[in-house]
Amino acid sequence: MSFGPFLLLALLEGTVMAAVLALTAVGLSLVFGVMRVVNVAHGEFFMVGAVLAWFVTTYLPFPPALSWLVALIIAPLIVAAIAALADTLILKRLTYDPEATIVATIGILYMLQQAVLTLYGPDARPVPAPFEWRIQTPWFGYSGYKLFVVAASGAILTAVWLFMTRSRAGLVMRATQVDRDIARAFGINVDRVYAGTFALGAGLAAVAAVLIVPIQQAHYLMGHDPLLLSFVVVIIGGLGSIRGTLVAALVIGLSDGVISMFFSPTLAKILATLLVAMVLVFRPQGLFGAKA
Amino acid sequence: MAAVMETIALTRHFGGLRAVDGVDFRLTQGQIHALIGPNGAGKTTFVSLLSGRIPVQSGQILLEGKEITHLPAHARVHKGVAYTFQITSVYPRLSVFDNVALAAQSRSPKDVAAQVAEALAHVGLTGMEALLAGTLSYGHQRLLELAMGLALRPRVLILDEPTQGLAAGEIEGFKRLVRSLVPQTTVLLIEHNMELVMDLADQITVLNFGQILASGTPAQIHGNAAVQDAYLGGHHAAH
Amino acid sequence: MKVWALHLAVVAALFALQFVLPPYHATNLARIMVLAVFAMGYNIAFGYTGLLSLGHAVFFAAGMFGMGLPVWHLDWTALPALITGLAAGGLVAGAVGLLALRTAGVSFMIVTLMFAQAGYLLLLYFGAVTGGDEGFVVETSSRSVFGWNLSEDGPRYVAALTLFAAALLSCLWLVRSPFGRVMVAMRENEDRSRMLGYNPFRVKLIALVMSGLYAGAAGAVYGLLFGYVGATFATIQYSILPMLYVLLGGAGTVLGPLLGAAVVFYLIDITSAFTDAYFFVVGASLVALVLFAPKGILGTIRERVAAWLP
Repeated sequence: MSFGPFLLLALLEGTVMAAVLALTAVGLSLVFGVMRVVNVAHGEFFMVGAVLAWFVTTYLPFPPALSWLVALIIAPLIVAAIAALADTLILKRLTYDPEATIVATIGILYMLQQAVLTLYGPDARPVPAPFEWRIQTPWFGYSGYKLFVVAASGAILTAVWLFMTRSRAGLVMRATQVDRDIARAFGINVDRVYAGTFALGAGLAAVAAVLIVPIQQAHYLMGHDPLLLSFVVVIIGGLGSIRGTLVAALVIGLSDGVISMFFSPTLAKILATLLVAMVLVFRPQGLFGAKA
Repeated sequence: MAAVMETIALTRHFGGLRAVDGVDFRLTQGQIHALIGPNGAGKTTFVSLLSGRIPVQSGQILLEGKEITHLPAHARVHKGVAYTFQITSVYPRLSVFDNVALAAQSRSPKDVAAQVAEALAHVGLTGMEALLAGTLSYGHQRLLELAMGLALRPRVLILDEPTQGLAAGEIEGFKRLVRSLVPQTTVLLIEHNMELVMDLADQITVLNFGQILASGTPAQIHGNAAVQDAYLGGHHAAH
Repeated sequence: MKVWALHLAVVAALFALQFVLPPYHATNLARIMVLAVFAMGYNIAFGYTGLLSLGHAVFFAAGMFGMGLPVWHLDWTALPALITGLAAGGLVAGAVGLLALRTAGVSFMIVTLMFAQAGYLLLLYFGAVTGGDEGFVVETSSRSVFGWNLSEDGPRYVAALTLFAAALLSCLWLVRSPFGRVMVAMRENEDRSRMLGYNPFRVKLIALVMSGLYAGAAGAVYGLLFGYVGATFATIQYSILPMLYVLLGGAGTVLGPLLGAAVVFYLIDITSAFTDAYFFVVGASLVALVLFAPKGILGTIRERVAAWLP
């Protein structure tokens, strides 16, 4: 294959990556933006979503498309419920102290990982795609499902954006983000907003996982990369800025796709982690975010 | 007399707010100099610029004729500019001894214990070395804060509202204490208590809207019509 | 006086234990002592200076590879290799600190995490030199110091204890020194400390380098005593473990790291007899600690009964 088509393939892969990454990272960004805490267990919520999708598609006696669709609804709901529980039982009692919350979410990370290892096992297991359809270009065939993932991510992100800007619940969340004490004074139940935000953030990670799992397989350690890359995206995009997060997801997803294909995935990750560190040190408002 | 500290056209704005606006100021060696003015006049910002807690926007700060405008705060402390906080800011979880020792050893690592004893004796806290600073009464915490300033043996000691929250009896002791510091140390004092200022200060500077409104001896300031209008007027007449 | 007596008694007790304990537990205790030194380094940064780092694994690994690589590639003997390991820990900590200490709080945590992650990935990327995923074994022939073969149980225990005693006593001396007081002042109130004439960046950098020296020494000795050097020791897990030891034992206490390392080690050892869910124990204890005992065991004891505990 010559360079042009190879680059096209790299860009396509990068776009799929960017789409899923955007969903995951927006979840992390929402939690940071509204609650001002860093959720280190975010990648594990992603992983649990993927593993739940495997359980649903394996044990439901429906055709693949239907059981996958069920998984797309059930898995995020269960993950959101786990997150809401973690928020109420643990984070709330820490009064969202930033450092204690990081330590606690590291604890949650280990607990979720171990629970999945015990109940699901150490194997990577495939989840069938809801449909098989290949697009034939003159140089290579490409999975139609991957393009569907991009479209679906776009649709869900639009829905999230509408929810945040148009709905009452979104307004309440944004009010809490600006000032939690004033929000409380106006009769907003801040505890419920936080639990809801934490659940929504985790749910988005789970949605991303159900979308990607037919391409990637479900494995108990699969949360590591999404966590790392979400961090990268959220920090480079500017902490708490949803728009910056989306731009950064596109940039990181595409460049990761290209660097991974032409050089090595490890090199891509090294560059990404160093970039994050440098951005935090020298430009804490992010590369794309406006000054806070 | 020689100026120990001087500012030339010192300026710092916050957005549209001109907190300190082109201030030319002279601090004479060995005096007690009071800085007064209504709330929001820029007093705390001004001394924060002097001590280096806030970066200068434009203008100059001189210490004994040498420019220190862009020297970091910790380096100014070593040059002899000490600052005690408006809100008491001792280390509550450390002992009284450790609090003062931190100041003493910063100046010189020799004979820290003796330096601590001397500073504590000066403010009258001898015997409380082992107590945790957080367990002291408010008045004692203010004295501890002052002892930390003294242990630095500064040439200029900046006191930001040192008598705030003190009882009347404690203020008398405080007055005696500050008088005992000059002329070795030059004292710059931000203070709201006008009686205390009139009694204690050799020199008074009045700030208003970030600019110097008047400067002079207590008698001159007392007779200054502009100051009467802007600040002292009704408040003082009521006494 | 009481303080030095207590710490010397702990060292003496550890020395005596080797004659009493069965070999299995003696080896465990040797491992615990080396890990405790790593945790003491973490404690200098976090417990005393208030620097909550998520990247100490990279300092531990720097010490381990700083020792292991010259032995593997250049046929160095153990003693000079230990010194390069120690120096590597300090150097890497200094380099990370120069950048990371421009940030604070949550940003500092993430920056250290990212640097450690980059360090781990670099070890994998240059697998030809570092042994990559597999790591490498330190040959028994290179594992002797002053004629003692450290792959044998007895000398290994004594070597671990020597490192531990040196680390414990120097840590005790450090935290009771004037500089130790400044580190605590920085943790308690950085702005106030600046106005007493201390340069926060400089103080924190020195503390982090010392912390890195401890971690590097622990990494180098660990590789030498147990004969294996690998990139796994640079993973995030090895940044979390010293944090767990310190939180459990008591942040800002000299003996806390040893106590925390011992308790966690045996907690995992005992639970693994029933279940392989070792990570669950780690996770659950982290959550329980921040929720119910943020001061740790010795921190609570110091608060309630023994205020003299350093």
